[in-house]
Amino acid sequence: MIMNTVIDAHNISKVYNKETIPVYAVNNVHLHIERGEFTALVGPSGSGKTTLLNLIGGLDKPDDGQVRINGLDITGLSADQLIDFRLKNIGFVFQSFNLIPVLTAKENVEFIMQLQGVERSKRDARVKQLFDQIEMADKLDSRPAQLSGGQQQRVAVARALATKPQFVLADEPTANLDSQSAANLLDIMAKLNKEEQITFLFSTHDQRVIDRARRVITLVDGKITSDTAAVSTKHGHAGGKK
Amino acid sequence: MAWKNMWRNNTRTLITMAAIFFAVILSVIASSLQEGIFSNLVKNVVSFYTGYLQVHKQGYWNEQILDNSFESSAEPKRRISNDKNVLTVTSRIESFALASSADITKGALVAGIEPEQENRITLLKNKVVQGRYLKDNEQAVLLSQGLAERLKLKTNDTVLLIGQGYHGATAAGKYLIKGIVKFGSPELNSKSLFMPLAAAQDFYSAGGVVTSYILSLKDIKALQTTRSAVSGYLGPAYEVMTWEELMPDIKQHIASDSNSMKYIQGILYLLICFGIFGTLLMMMVERKFEMGMLVAVGMKKSKLVFLLMFESVFTVITGCLLGIAASIPIVYYLNRHPLRMGGETAKIYEKFGFEAIFPTSTSAAIFIHQGVIVLLIGLLLSLYPVYKVIRLDPITAMKR
Repeated sequence: MIMNTVIDAHNISKVYNKETIPVYAVNNVHLHIERGEFTALVGPSGSGKTTLLNLIGGLDKPDDGQVRINGLDITGLSADQLIDFRLKNIGFVFQSFNLIPVLTAKENVEFIMQLQGVERSKRDARVKQLFDQIEMADKLDSRPAQLSGGQQQRVAVARALATKPQFVLADEPTANLDSQSAANLLDIMAKLNKEEQITFLFSTHDQRVIDRARRVITLVDGKITSDTAAVSTKHGHAGGKK
Repeated sequence: MAWKNMWRNNTRTLITMAAIFFAVILSVIASSLQEGIFSNLVKNVVSFYTGYLQVHKQGYWNEQILDNSFESSAEPKRRISNDKNVLTVTSRIESFALASSADITKGALVAGIEPEQENRITLLKNKVVQGRYLKDNEQAVLLSQGLAERLKLKTNDTVLLIGQGYHGATAAGKYLIKGIVKFGSPELNSKSLFMPLAAAQDFYSAGGVVTSYILSLKDIKALQTTRSAVSGYLGPAYEVMTWEELMPDIKQHIASDSNSMKYIQGILYLLICFGIFGTLLMMMVERKFEMGMLVAVGMKKSKLVFLLMFESVFTVITGCLLGIAASIPIVYYLNRHPLRMGGETAKIYEKFGFEAIFPTSTSAAIFIHQGVIVLLIGLLLSLYPVYKVIRLDPITAMKR
């Protein structure tokens, strides 16, 4: 049986300052993400977007509730098990690219497969495929410092996809990019989403990302205030109100 | 990745290596100077008079009288000489007598010596400042400079000696002064008198009797082993004493100086610690975000620890090995061309009969020992990144 629900966050809460004045960064959130979704998580600064992504990505543990990825409750996993789980199931794209400066673009993508123990020939094939997809086949041997911000972020997307994760979490992926670079990046991610059914969940303020998302979830003060399909006039993606 | 990381900031890696490199050089030179100075001091002091080992009749050292002397025979002396670490053995008979000239009298330490053998150990011939050195079997003496001045005597004058001989016999005689010797030690310079062994035995009515055998050694590090071996050759009727027991004040002086040196080395090691720790701290702050990212995307902390340890250990080992390699020629040069004191300090040293030089020791143990200490410091400090990685929380680490 093919599992269609990739992310199932059930009544999750994250509270800071429990001993003094409790602050709910995430407050009793229910969230289901199906395979192949292209979802934007929006909201003002401090609304809990990054905290929610951290909880879903197994970087943090909720104080209440459960996070199930492909049916597995990850809230019960140990720190070491979570690291292993993230390596095999989740791709991360960060706002500030976070490529390793001493490695080439190719090595940055390859090293995550090395961590998984993927053999060299398979790594090479996957790297070639990914660099074709991100349209940077000619930049394999460039160091991050030799690439533009947009190019670095595309390499970061390739790194996130290298291990064929269940889904990709992208925290403000376009925040440091100019309009053209952001548009290129979104084109590539949309293409990967459409062609390979890769699930993307973004946290963003960026209207360009919101415009391209098929589903937009708004978070205010740690609570989901709306979960709606955004209308993209450019690409014709549309979704219904949930 | 570790190798590439090491060179991501060339300057920092090179500064760390340089800190370790210079630390090893400094610590090797300090240690080799310390050991060299001490062994030079011991050599100087031992060659004054005592030798490295002395053999007496059991109980002589506590009661230094002629009646506690022993019959000198060829066999035990041959057995001592045959020990592989014994360089020279000489016999002495030592006691006190009154030395007179005209109406001046002074107590003197009369030592009957085997002139040639004695010279091999104490270089007595080099201390002759007037006249000539003694020959075997002559009825003549060498006077220390202070004693000669006190008695207003010079070479070719006669000195009268009177004292108590073996088993209560009266000892008296007059001797031609063949030479004047000068000692750095004021004590020895003011009261020493040397004559050939046979003449002294005759003077003290102690034919065939000696109070001590004086030994010089090839390897002074094997002092205790040789002492045990010599004790074994002679049996319990004899006491075998090392220079450390004969001159406890010198041993104490060395121990006290060693302690001072340990403080200096401690400060040096502390500086090394700060140097290495500073760069490690800088590296950890600079790479905190990246480490957070690595753990977030699925790199096990154990792998990250291995990565950082490789970087630290490689840097420390390289710095250590280069430091040792560079210190070898320096230490050998300072051994061949010792540091030489000048001015008043040199005069004080020379007054006590020491050459005012500070040679370094070229013992391999010093290079290994200091290299290992700095290496251990480096490795110990490398545990800091390990500690930080173990406690690393990717979310906190990735916060800007």
